[in-house]
Amino acid sequence: MELCQLTAYQLHEMLMRKEVTSREVTGSVLKRIAQVEDRVHAYITRTPDLAMEQAALADSRLQKGNAGPLTGIPLAIKDLICTRGVRTTCGSHILENFIPTYDATVIEKLKDAGAVLVGKANMDEFAMGSSTENSFFGPTRNPWDLERIPGGSSGGSAAAVAADECIASLGSDTGGSIRQPASCCGVVGIKPTYGRVSRYGLVAFASSLDQIGPLSKDVRDAALLLQAICGRDNRDSTSADVPGPDFTKALIDNIRGMVLGIPRECFREGLDPEVEAAIREAIRTLEKLGAKTVEVSLPHSEYALAVYYIIAPAEASSNLARYDGVKYGFRAKGNFDLMEMYKETRSPGFGAEVKRRIMLGTYALSAGYYEAYYRKAAQVRTLVRQDFEKTFNQCDVLLTPTSPTPAFKLGEKVDDPLQMYLSDIFTIPCNLAGLPGLSLPCGFNKQGLPIGLQILADHFQEEKLLRAAYAYEQNSEYHLRKPAL
Amino acid sequence: MEYEPVIGLEVHAQLLTQSKIFCNCSTRFGEEPNTLTCPVCTGSPGSLPVLNKKVVEYTLRAALATHCRIAPYSLFARKNYFYPDLPKGYQISQYELPLTEHGYIDIQIDSQKKRIGLIRIHMEEDAGKLLHDLSSERGSHSYVDFNRTGVPLIEIVSAPDIRSPEEASAYLRKLRAILMFLDICDGNMEEGSFRCDANISLRPKGAQTFGVKTELKNMNSFRNVQRALDFEIRRQTALLDQGEKIFQETRLWDAAKGVTASMRGKEEAHDYRYFPDPDLVPLVIDSQWIEKIRASLPELPESKKERFMREYGIPEYDAEVLTTSKPLANYYEVCLHHYPKPKIVSNWIMSELLRELKKDEREIEECPVPALHLSELLKLIEEGTISGKIAKNVFEEMYRSGKQAEEIVRAHGWVQVSDAAELEKIVEQVLNTNAKEVEAYHKGKEKLFGFFVGQVMKATQGKANPQMVNEILKKKLGN
Repeated sequence: MELCQLTAYQLHEMLMRKEVTSREVTGSVLKRIAQVEDRVHAYITRTPDLAMEQAALADSRLQKGNAGPLTGIPLAIKDLICTRGVRTTCGSHILENFIPTYDATVIEKLKDAGAVLVGKANMDEFAMGSSTENSFFGPTRNPWDLERIPGGSSGGSAAAVAADECIASLGSDTGGSIRQPASCCGVVGIKPTYGRVSRYGLVAFASSLDQIGPLSKDVRDAALLLQAICGRDNRDSTSADVPGPDFTKALIDNIRGMVLGIPRECFREGLDPEVEAAIREAIRTLEKLGAKTVEVSLPHSEYALAVYYIIAPAEASSNLARYDGVKYGFRAKGNFDLMEMYKETRSPGFGAEVKRRIMLGTYALSAGYYEAYYRKAAQVRTLVRQDFEKTFNQCDVLLTPTSPTPAFKLGEKVDDPLQMYLSDIFTIPCNLAGLPGLSLPCGFNKQGLPIGLQILADHFQEEKLLRAAYAYEQNSEYHLRKPAL
Repeated sequence: MEYEPVIGLEVHAQLLTQSKIFCNCSTRFGEEPNTLTCPVCTGSPGSLPVLNKKVVEYTLRAALATHCRIAPYSLFARKNYFYPDLPKGYQISQYELPLTEHGYIDIQIDSQKKRIGLIRIHMEEDAGKLLHDLSSERGSHSYVDFNRTGVPLIEIVSAPDIRSPEEASAYLRKLRAILMFLDICDGNMEEGSFRCDANISLRPKGAQTFGVKTELKNMNSFRNVQRALDFEIRRQTALLDQGEKIFQETRLWDAAKGVTASMRGKEEAHDYRYFPDPDLVPLVIDSQWIEKIRASLPELPESKKERFMREYGIPEYDAEVLTTSKPLANYYEVCLHHYPKPKIVSNWIMSELLRELKKDEREIEECPVPALHLSELLKLIEEGTISGKIAKNVFEEMYRSGKQAEEIVRAHGWVQVSDAAELEKIVEQVLNTNAKEVEAYHKGKEKLFGFFVGQVMKATQGKANPQMVNEILKKKLGN
């Protein structure tokens, strides 16, 4: 077993026992990147020199005895989280050479924790996509099958974890962008409650939906990483003033008496039979462990996709207006008047999917359409949220598939945006309601592709997610499998 | 036909907070370009706004002073449009559910009180500034300065209750005075900390419905607001008289040419695509906070004016003038403190002092004669050291040189001559050299008395005590 294949928790114990150094761990990860990155392409920017510097710092902390659970652990960061002095592209031509002057709050926290940053992970441009094919820097490939997509938009973050090109990573989730790639790549991913993690320094796609969260090799690592990045931040008005509990306390192998809600709307047409079988098997496993199941209903979830594709593009159309060639990033060369400069910069600066969503959003906010689209969507969003409120009176957590199918082939859906959008049908309602959600491996199909189980809980009930997920993981072995790269 | 103008004004006032509305950057004016900036106010990717509580407090002050209703729950909205001085591509403002609505301001017009309604006061961020360099050899260039980006503004929207350019001007002066009394805006129109746009339409006198309006921009002084409205009334009147239609459009005032010119029509108007800003949480106002602010409000122009009339017994006109600005009112009261004759002080301020300031286009804050010095001058008159006439010369010199009255009087030897023996000698000289006039006076040409007084004054360079001169002359002329 190489060091890069271990979990953060395992490495932490070894580091504390001085069995290894962070430089050795980081060296192992960098070596692995050098071996497989050509095939996987999980990274947009690699920072090996910076990583070794941080590893050396971590080692001195370990020597001095003031190390925490993440000290010396090599992590990958989705490339829309600002890192001071390290370019942050958002997978876009328009920010190809953008170097932030400041660190995102989560980066400050990770640096304070002594973590090692090995690189910036590939992603769909501005987090818009479900396959990482919308990256200006080319697609990431699924480590389980290089002909397939790793999911998206945090495809690079998920693939890097699955391929042992990092120990764990950060992604962001607006409509499923952590959970769906976690499912596709057979790793654990958490989308925290809206407001749990500061968005300061997260380049916005849809501000009312975006959350940063961890991707990792097992549930414990996800809990450790979430612990490190959560908490109220005065620089983010939407960050919640709730204390971050000790998430590791939820990692007990006991779910006796826990009530699992199974939304009847999930098992519907379009759900891959192998995915359905794996989910039902997972439910049975949890029942055997002492959990009760109850069928519940989320009647408005069928509108969630439509609501999402009004609200998210509307916010995006405004959030992406700042990329105008004036201040930073790409600007078309030439002698232009103002309007020409905007057009010549933004037309080639954004990819097709981003432009599609800017147009959708601009339309939905326009005079004469606002009432019918944006306002109506905002109202239905409230109904979706109320569905969940009612449901959580009946159960502790909800179980659904993370994605209706395992990873599909590269190019399979690029020309059919609606099919692509359906990949997120199970993950989107959670973002609309601001709930926490987790995906963990619950099986493999006949072709050896991972299948993900999604667990949802009420606001700020991440501990319930972790408890259910941990109990399941302790009684399964899917998270231990490694792709043959 | 006779038309009635219908005018509504939108005022943008910069608030005097230390830091910007959504970040910690300073709001100082006149610094090197782009030195007062940070990731937030330059729209760096990933940055987020955090509301400055002081901005809310200042807006609440303005709201309470103008009798507005305060919303317990209000929202920020994004106003989307592209321009290089707007780094995020949207301005954070308020749209649906603003902080305050439904207030009013009372103005004085032709010695009548008139109430102008306020539709709303809302908070928003200012944009940056563009600097255009047309001289460059490589073609013209534009530069952006983001120092002003994020400086807090309140937008005060009046109801269409204004019926003449004079009322518009009176409203603006009153509004500006209120904001300045509250210490929330410096009121400087040239530097743009108090800016005004106007909506104006005409309708046949007596009509109830509104005509088609135009929006006027780019008026950077009270005078220009009035001139632009005057011009626009003439322009619209001429069009309507010729049976033509008014087009809804935005027009720019050209102060040099004295005309308004079309900037953009209704069709080219921006669709700002307002929607609630998801980066900011709804603003919830605690009623205890409102009461705390209400209790801390200073005396405002209206109540100060009433107090001046009541306490000092000065006419309403004087009180109105003296309360147009807080520094002026303070100046008056400091003078009174040292020289408690309200009407005399008021006369001196309104005539001599304001005349000099107006000539130099100076504000009272820049007055070279401190209130204490003016009161000492008035004391010299009272004590008989100088005459009222000389005092005016003394005042002019005080204003020019910044010196004190006594020093000037001493240097020029302007001390009033009140020595009876000396004055008698001078009177006799005057009467002797003007024997013909004395004869004419005795024959009944009594008007010549003033001539004799004048001659005595001339002989003493105005220093003779006028009362004593009168008495001595009467005695010598034998009546």
